[in-house]
Amino acid sequence: MAQGLVATTSASSARKSGNRIGASHYYPTWFFMPAAIIYGVLFLVPTFASLYFSLTRWTLFEAEFIGLQNFAQFFKEPFLVKGLINTVVFGVTTSSLKVVLGLLLAVLLTSPRILARDYLRAVVFFPVLVSTIGVGITFTVLMHPTTGAINETLMMFGLPKVGWLTNPNMALISVALVDVWKGVGLATVIYIAGIASISPEYYEASRVDGASSVQSFFNITLPLVRPATVTVIILSLIGGLRSFDIIWAMTRGGPGFASDVIASVIYKQYQAGFYGLSTAGNVVLFVVVAAIIVPLSTFLNRREIEA
Amino acid sequence: MRMKTTRRTMLAVSAGVVMAFAASGPSLGQDKVTLSFLVDNAPSTVAISEALAAAYEAKNPNIKIEVESRPGGGDGDNIIKTRLATGEMADVFLYNSGSLFQAINPTQNLVDLTDETFQANTLDSFKSVVTANGRVYGAPIGTAMGGGVLYNRKIYDELGLSVPMTWDEFLANNDAVKASGKTAVIQSFGATWTSQLFVLGDYFNVQAAEPSFADDYTNNKAKYATTPAALRGFQIQAEVQAKGYLNEDYVAATFEEALGMLARGEGAHYPMLTFAIGSIATDYPEAVSDIGFFAVPGPSADSNGLTVWMPAGLYIPANSENVDEAKAFLNFVATVEGCDIQTAAIGATGPYLVKGCDLPDDVNNVVADMLPYFAADGRTAPALEFLSPIKGPQLEHILVEVGSGFRSPEDGAALYDQDVTKQALQLGIAGW
Repeated sequence: MAQGLVATTSASSARKSGNRIGASHYYPTWFFMPAAIIYGVLFLVPTFASLYFSLTRWTLFEAEFIGLQNFAQFFKEPFLVKGLINTVVFGVTTSSLKVVLGLLLAVLLTSPRILARDYLRAVVFFPVLVSTIGVGITFTVLMHPTTGAINETLMMFGLPKVGWLTNPNMALISVALVDVWKGVGLATVIYIAGIASISPEYYEASRVDGASSVQSFFNITLPLVRPATVTVIILSLIGGLRSFDIIWAMTRGGPGFASDVIASVIYKQYQAGFYGLSTAGNVVLFVVVAAIIVPLSTFLNRREIEA
Repeated sequence: MRMKTTRRTMLAVSAGVVMAFAASGPSLGQDKVTLSFLVDNAPSTVAISEALAAAYEAKNPNIKIEVESRPGGGDGDNIIKTRLATGEMADVFLYNSGSLFQAINPTQNLVDLTDETFQANTLDSFKSVVTANGRVYGAPIGTAMGGGVLYNRKIYDELGLSVPMTWDEFLANNDAVKASGKTAVIQSFGATWTSQLFVLGDYFNVQAAEPSFADDYTNNKAKYATTPAALRGFQIQAEVQAKGYLNEDYVAATFEEALGMLARGEGAHYPMLTFAIGSIATDYPEAVSDIGFFAVPGPSADSNGLTVWMPAGLYIPANSENVDEAKAFLNFVATVEGCDIQTAAIGATGPYLVKGCDLPDDVNNVVADMLPYFAADGRTAPALEFLSPIKGPQLEHILVEVGSGFRSPEDGAALYDQDVTKQALQLGIAGW
């Protein structure tokens, strides 16, 4: 608290004195050069180069300028529409499941009545630390249609086998569920922090007024963790929309093209040696993600201020 | 017997190497050149590559060859293209001949091997599929292959079946196998590249019906979707699934699992290239004699023939630091001695493309079943990828869909035509 105060005071005094000239006043130009060079070489140059190459037929050895043909071709791509829909389905499914499950787990794990709370918190977070490819390969084995552990367990209970990754209607959802298992720990941790910052006085007051636990969840916890919800939605939606590694590890966009997302459609163009086309695809992906996230983030943040 | 002597000589030679090292100390070690050697990960390819490397190291104590493996199919294409583009390619690498070879920009990326001595002993039919702009860039490794159906002879004997000459006979055989409770046709879409044999291996029948298909296809005049003979490959791919012939786990099975099913007699037919017998010889040596082979049966017994694949080539990337050593290694591989080492490693899997490389008399049944096609005139045709530079990269995924019943054959063929268009544009072929 005291530290926070100090920081606020010094920040506001800095704002007062340096308002007109800005922070650059304090450092000589050469001081910015290392960061500027890194930024230029690693970010600016590739960004503009990719814009250029997206307008060429590129073999990595030579590039022939062909105008907007790549974009025309990319939008004609038979699996693009399917990939776009899948991308949105995957992003929304994983993001909403992470919000719901993350919040429920956080409520459970902040409960004072639970045993070994710290240990259980670590367990929920553990899948986040494991390599995505490793998780993907492990679940591919578990979800094998005939010899996978999941189907063998189902059969033990007399249930039919499920083509988790081999039924074209199931594949994307199966991968999404695995992604939720792997990513829910991060959402939980964010929510735990959010819940922990709610003052216990609200709960005490509501109990005095005779509120049930369901009422206090919906009227106290849910509104007061809004900042955490915004963070979880934005992070997991961005992650979901550009998700590639888990899908490639588990289905390679298959069976056939059933679980292709934009990122895997782009990767396949790259794999086939259509480098200009796949660069054009990346430009499109960038625009799509920005077009979804920027308005969403503005909307959620505005609501937060109003609330 | 011959194998034994070779091994003994090799032992003697390597013992000599060790002594030479012991005597001269570390100075000799510093002169040692390490050649990296990138091959695909099929068990048979790894086995012949390691055998060739070991034999060459034994003869050339100053050379060390590191065999490195990569996946096949689309992932393999990607690795090859990326490593060439970034200058990280191994000193010697193995890759397809024909259309895939054309797609790696050979004139710019590869060392010209036209004037190497081994070319004098290489058959022209191979040179033509590793030639770009009139220069030859590859050395043959492995043998010519047939694309068709591997079958389990034990099951055929038990059920009293005979090799089908027409597609209808093939269906009848499948019905009999299915009725006996075994898998009639094995598919392994877990390794997507294996899904292509009913289409690519049907090319003999395509060209029998439409002799000008390859030229028309290259010149943007003939399409799979609108040429009935070409569309047939997509239709038979769908038919074996629709009739319930496939193994239960066909959507997830891998190449190795499929070979296991065939070798153990759980399944009767596996559409595949004949090189797979080398992998069976490595993983299931006891089952080699149970496996036979026939071409993809066509509509009529009058034109029954085999679609033939040229072996892969060995290439040297233009930026290799050890071009001379790499060339010397290729000059060793593409010789009669090189053929013998490969035969010793995995058995004879088909005719070699090096002059003077004769097959041993006791070839396995797959090779024995393949040779009659070569003996008669007009019973073989090269696969389309050796007649046209264009092969669409998504064929394997489209055929997984068609072969799983998610997409109609007509739709799949039309989709593949679009894929072919993209590849033709990327290659900059006139008329597209």
